[in-house]
Amino acid sequence: MSNGSDHFDDIDCRLVIADLFPYLDNEVDAEKRSLIERHLNGCQGCHARAEFERALRSKVQQLGGSKAPPSLRRRIAAMLNRK
Amino acid sequence: MDVVANGVGGVLSKSESHPDRAFFRDAVEQLTDRLYSTALRLTRNHADAEDLVADSLALAWTNLSQLDDRQAFAKWVFRILVNTYMSSRRRMRNEARVIVEEASGQPFSIFDKLHQPFLLWWSNPEQELINKLLREDIERALNKLPIEYRAVIVLVEIEGNSYADVAAILDVPIGTVRSRLSRGRSLLQKQLWRQAKAAGILGDTEPEHNT
Repeated sequence: MSNGSDHFDDIDCRLVIADLFPYLDNEVDAEKRSLIERHLNGCQGCHARAEFERALRSKVQQLGGSKAPPSLRRRIAAMLNRK
Repeated sequence: MDVVANGVGGVLSKSESHPDRAFFRDAVEQLTDRLYSTALRLTRNHADAEDLVADSLALAWTNLSQLDDRQAFAKWVFRILVNTYMSSRRRMRNEARVIVEEASGQPFSIFDKLHQPFLLWWSNPEQELINKLLREDIERALNKLPIEYRAVIVLVEIEGNSYADVAAILDVPIGTVRSRLSRGRSLLQKQLWRQAKAAGILGDTEPEHNT
């Protein structure tokens, strides 16, 4: 998995890759976020990987946002009016 | 004391029923779309999703007195939704074991399969694959995942819940959420890869030495 850019002094590619998903999920602390972003700004391989995972994640997210049908809202209202 | 009749011939105290009903109605109003969206991704069809949400909210309404902290209403209702669905699946017991066993292998990464560092400036095979994936391709791949992996991907990636909230919804440790996400994503990418190969859309993107 070497990206040929292991000379970054703060954090290396393996650590960035290991934490890439938590980073994209906004689940790393501010310090780690800063380290990862600094690495991504300077490492083409890791930058490309992050961009790919972001793009795929965006496609997955498009499966959400469905609106509840009116029939469901009517069922819920009827239930609350009944009990 | 004012009384109101309930549907089964008994009576409720009006002063007890109105504040709870108002709270529940307002809280559910905010959540109905998200509940339905989550239910749809879990059940994979519209009719079952509607039934799941209706049944879950009926359970929640019946058990509202068990909720200590009304600030946690959303998490509590989502937990009921997911548990109701998981219980119904345990009764059916038709999970594909093959996919579960594959989950214990090496993580699968489409990026690792396709990325060619030295072509970065004029070719991006992994991005080309993303561009070719349709909504129904992603949906089909997600629908193939075993429920424990599909649930965390839906709750985190699609519905935007934090790991802590998902851990509370599923009643598992945060570490379990992380590991299921990791495996779930690997499985999702492996499934997308299989689908892409079967559809022949990897033909001009997959480098020969990576096959």
